[in-house]
Amino acid sequence: MDWTAFALSLKLAFWTCVLILPVAIALARLLAWGRFRGKSVIESLVMLPLVLPPTVLGFYLLSAFSPASGLGALLKWIFGVPLVFSFPGILVASLLINLPFAVQPIQRAFEAVAPNVREAAFVSGLSPLATMRFVELPLAWPGIVSAIALVMAHTLGEFGVILMMGGSIPGETRVLSIAIYDSVQAFHSGDAAVMSAVLLAFSLVAIALVHVLARVRRADAHVA
Amino acid sequence: MSREPASLSVRLSQPGPIPLAVDFACGPGELLALVGPSGAGKTTVLCAVAGLYRPGAGRIVCGSDTWFDGAAPVMVPPQARAVGLVFQDYALFPHLSALDNVRLAMHHIAEPARTAAAQSLLQRVHLDGFEARTPDRLSGGQRQRVALARALARDPKVLLLDEPFSAVDRMTRESLKEELASLRRSLAIPIILVTHDLEEAQALADRISVIDRGRTLQTGTPDDVRLRPASGVVARLTGQTNIFAGVVERVSSEGKPGRIRWDGHSLDVSDTGAAKVGQRVTWLVPPDYVALADAAADGEGNVATGMLVEIVRLGERCVLAVQLGAGERLRFTMAARDLGGRGLQIRSALSLRLLPEGIHLMPSAR
Repeated sequence: MDWTAFALSLKLAFWTCVLILPVAIALARLLAWGRFRGKSVIESLVMLPLVLPPTVLGFYLLSAFSPASGLGALLKWIFGVPLVFSFPGILVASLLINLPFAVQPIQRAFEAVAPNVREAAFVSGLSPLATMRFVELPLAWPGIVSAIALVMAHTLGEFGVILMMGGSIPGETRVLSIAIYDSVQAFHSGDAAVMSAVLLAFSLVAIALVHVLARVRRADAHVA
Repeated sequence: MSREPASLSVRLSQPGPIPLAVDFACGPGELLALVGPSGAGKTTVLCAVAGLYRPGAGRIVCGSDTWFDGAAPVMVPPQARAVGLVFQDYALFPHLSALDNVRLAMHHIAEPARTAAAQSLLQRVHLDGFEARTPDRLSGGQRQRVALARALARDPKVLLLDEPFSAVDRMTRESLKEELASLRRSLAIPIILVTHDLEEAQALADRISVIDRGRTLQTGTPDDVRLRPASGVVARLTGQTNIFAGVVERVSSEGKPGRIRWDGHSLDVSDTGAAKVGQRVTWLVPPDYVALADAAADGEGNVATGMLVEIVRLGERCVLAVQLGAGERLRFTMAARDLGGRGLQIRSALSLRLLPEGIHLMPSAR
């Protein structure tokens, strides 16, 4: 059992969730209620990772982030480390590939909020920010919880794009799914079985926890 | 929290996409009903007053505050207008209890006064005991009361009600109407009620403004609008059925009635208004200004004879339709208990007297 890989998988899932949520909420809100030119273009771009093979996305990211490319050099200058074969690199890849899983459920939840409920908030004197805090986000909460569950599960299981972008560097980019693959390649099927079981159990617990949280949050919804 | 009572004046115009040409005012403590068919633009007008819709041009002024001025341009956001709005489907916050629905609209008051004020508002609309319930656990009538309490929570300068009784059953509607009638006596602010139901407007409003296709056609007291509509269109929109065409034979002057020619009859008219002799006019007589007459009186004193072709029973009242010679139908009402007493039934021959003071002339269309 590779505990370093397990910890790295958790770290990647955690940071992916933390960083993707604000972006996904803003994008989902825009796509749910915004009326502007190029909306379907943005929608298609967000959905693209859903249909694109992870290896294809990984290949493009690898090319773009390589210090040999202009963008890669710029990012290396900003982050201090090259984004290929490093944890920040697989985090960026994870954020991109998870975007549709985060945006879709939140967008559906925002779309389900009746427009006149927001208008009622405005007429009740609530600023757009207060309306978001007290009305929109609580109503979209089930969607946000679904997004967290999906992103968690998807990140823990992500393989292709991480292998392309990060390779398999212990402690840096070798997440649990890659450690399982390496074990099988080395005929250590015992290790692979234990790690698979751990990943399965953890994914189940994470999703169950998140759903319990959703129910609790809905039950005691109240104004602060 | 006392404040100078302010009146509201609204003037809106735009060619499209929703054509608007409305103009009305509402004084403090006054209830003005905007009446018109579905799609007449009533809700758009209400949204413009609330700040949720930006019209092309016009002015909305409440007291000394200009809320909208297309020329300046001024567009005060809804948050800064202090308007109470009861939405047609109430638009309550579905995740919040009745109390929190009201509290959320009271951000201008600090706790714990806010909760106490919200509670007393819920008491005022007879909802004590329901504070903790979310909208999905309230009946239609209770939701309407929460919406009303929330609309009053901001201590609004204007109260707007968008078809507030359309989503509840008839029994609830009657009791809510009575409650609104008593509540409004304690409110010294302009109240605008949007409805397609003229009876509702007649029962509750001080004045009625008739709107069709975004245009104000007439504003007046309920009696003005019902008995003296400005045009045949207003008469039809307000549910008048006894609308006919005639020619003026004589104009009224100094207490002497005028006269019109209609369908082979000469009818006395108490007031012919601005009509001229020989002018073609549209005229109406409200059903309550038509009475049964003796058969012998046909041809004299505003009496017309025909055959009873329809009886519609509305509880204690009936509406009867009589087919006259040339195919015109005249409707009138009578108490249901009189119907049996007089032995009236379909195909009975009837004579009807049209009361001269109820006949109202309007300019003929085109």
